[in-house]
Amino acid sequence: MLRFVGRRLAESIPVLVLASVVVFSMLHLVPGDPVDAMMGAAALQSTARQAVVDRVRDELGLNEPLPVQYARWALGALHGDLGRSFIRDRPVSELIAERLPSTVELAGLSMLIAASLGLVCGLVAALKRNTPIDGVIMAVSLGGVSMPSFWFAVLLILVFSVGLRLLPATGSGTFAQLILPAVALGYEGVALVARVTRAAILEVLTRPYVTTARAKGLPPRAVLLRHVLRNALIPVVTVMGLQVGRLLAGSVIIETVFARQGIGQLAIEAILQKDYPLVQGIILLSASTYVVANLLVDLAYGYLDPRLRAAA
Amino acid sequence: MATSTPGSAPPPSLAEPGVSGGHLDPPHRTVPCATPGPWPRVAQRLRRNRVAMAAVTVLALVAGVALVVPAVVVIDPLTQDLRASFLAPGVDGHLLGTDHLGRDVLLRLVDGARVSLAVGVLAVVISVVVGSGIGLLAGYVGGALDRVLMRLIDVQLAFPGILLALIIVTVLGTGLDNAMLAVGIGAVPRYARVMRGAVLSMKHDLFVEAARSLGATDLRLMLVHILPHVLGPVVTLATLGLGTAILATASLSFVGLGAQPPTAEWGLMLAEARTYLRVAWWLAVCPGLAIMATVFAVNLLGDAVRDALDPQMAFGRD
Repeated sequence: MLRFVGRRLAESIPVLVLASVVVFSMLHLVPGDPVDAMMGAAALQSTARQAVVDRVRDELGLNEPLPVQYARWALGALHGDLGRSFIRDRPVSELIAERLPSTVELAGLSMLIAASLGLVCGLVAALKRNTPIDGVIMAVSLGGVSMPSFWFAVLLILVFSVGLRLLPATGSGTFAQLILPAVALGYEGVALVARVTRAAILEVLTRPYVTTARAKGLPPRAVLLRHVLRNALIPVVTVMGLQVGRLLAGSVIIETVFARQGIGQLAIEAILQKDYPLVQGIILLSASTYVVANLLVDLAYGYLDPRLRAAA
Repeated sequence: MATSTPGSAPPPSLAEPGVSGGHLDPPHRTVPCATPGPWPRVAQRLRRNRVAMAAVTVLALVAGVALVVPAVVVIDPLTQDLRASFLAPGVDGHLLGTDHLGRDVLLRLVDGARVSLAVGVLAVVISVVVGSGIGLLAGYVGGALDRVLMRLIDVQLAFPGILLALIIVTVLGTGLDNAMLAVGIGAVPRYARVMRGAVLSMKHDLFVEAARSLGATDLRLMLVHILPHVLGPVVTLATLGLGTAILATASLSFVGLGAQPPTAEWGLMLAEARTYLRVAWWLAVCPGLAIMATVFAVNLLGDAVRDALDPQMAFGRD
């Protein structure tokens, strides 16, 4: 197991390095001078412009060779220093830390909804295969896969905030404000997990080892829990891993719909304001989160499926 | 098929007089292009699939409306009439009502259909061309080039598409064109991988060796002999990818990084509707329904295309 963990760790390092190179290059790929973008149109007319530009360039270290700039930036990032926001004139890491809790609670709750509800629905649908219950669950989940999350979110607001006046439509901080966004973000996940769980269980049920387990007289519950569910979990874990990427994308959208002060909203604001260091910081953080999540998923495979450990 | 036309002009020594005078010469008719290939059968299977035909009908309707209505109706979907703002559906001849600036929602939806379909198709074209190109090259050439290209593809796959999209939009600026480019580039790895796999499985086949020994150049081998045989999975991916592309561009427009006002784009319309949820629910419901119906139809068609191209897969699935 240890070798397996080590190998997977080693594999994710080049991915992170390349990602950081891409994120770093962003600033230099932007057409025009980032300092111009930073100073805005007003500064362009100023007579003392050139002097200011030179000073800012120097302060930001933009006059040094690119590899030196990258090394300094990457080392800083490793220590949690992501530079200063152009617009807000505050450290990027501080800005992100402020907004992070809101996004984490949103992602966490919707992941929980997706995992629990998805597993239960998939399990029920598989055990009640080809009954009306199965039909309803599958139809609703097909809707979930095809429904744009931002539209579903707007519909939730229309029904529960505008119509029934049960829950607040916007803002972040209280639990009531978390419910609608988490449901909106989790719904697609529920649908995906339910579909995959159902398919996986149906597949495992046909395996000889299930027949064997039944034949040797194990109670149905034990067969289901120990033999069927454990093996069916492998594809489900894959989908859960993919959820992390989806949650990242989804939180950008859902936070916009519900006006939540999270990382996603911050990213959009930063892009619209051309606040490059802030964009870089958020993307680097998201990319690292994603890589680590995938690493955990792979390690979970190793735990669930001993054959993979042996293969490594 | 300039390199392989022995069937049309057999050497006189091989042909019996009298037999060669006829236009039939079956033993020599082994040129790949002479057979119709799998596509007619695929089309037939698709035609027999009712779900697929329903999806095609919906899409044809959307595309037809998008193309025909702007040419026939003279009212501009951008025309504002503030005295007629927030009219409910059905009032004053506005079937789906009007928005905050008094613009007809139905007209804007129709205009949006044109935008969404065009953007979706173009994004898919970008990813198919770039992705298949990379995959074809990597698979055919192999060696170091293959390793470098695939390593890069792996790295891109290791990221959620949204991050790449955000990077591209940050670098190039907001706007529908750049959003489309971002969505297109985001889907490149899938096509590259599938294409490479297909090329690898085929590049040592006899007919490729035969064409090579007849003097076909590498470029010709890739484009004329291998490409047509590996298109199947790419077509499936592209059909399924169209739905994703339409949805992704709408999402980018929704958060303000794609289409900009006053463009009638579905995602943007939905974003604008958020402000008026309490007074005009139809502004939010209509564009959302349009996106969902279109994406749903595309996805159904994609499933059907996959089944038609690979019937064994269809039986294998539940």
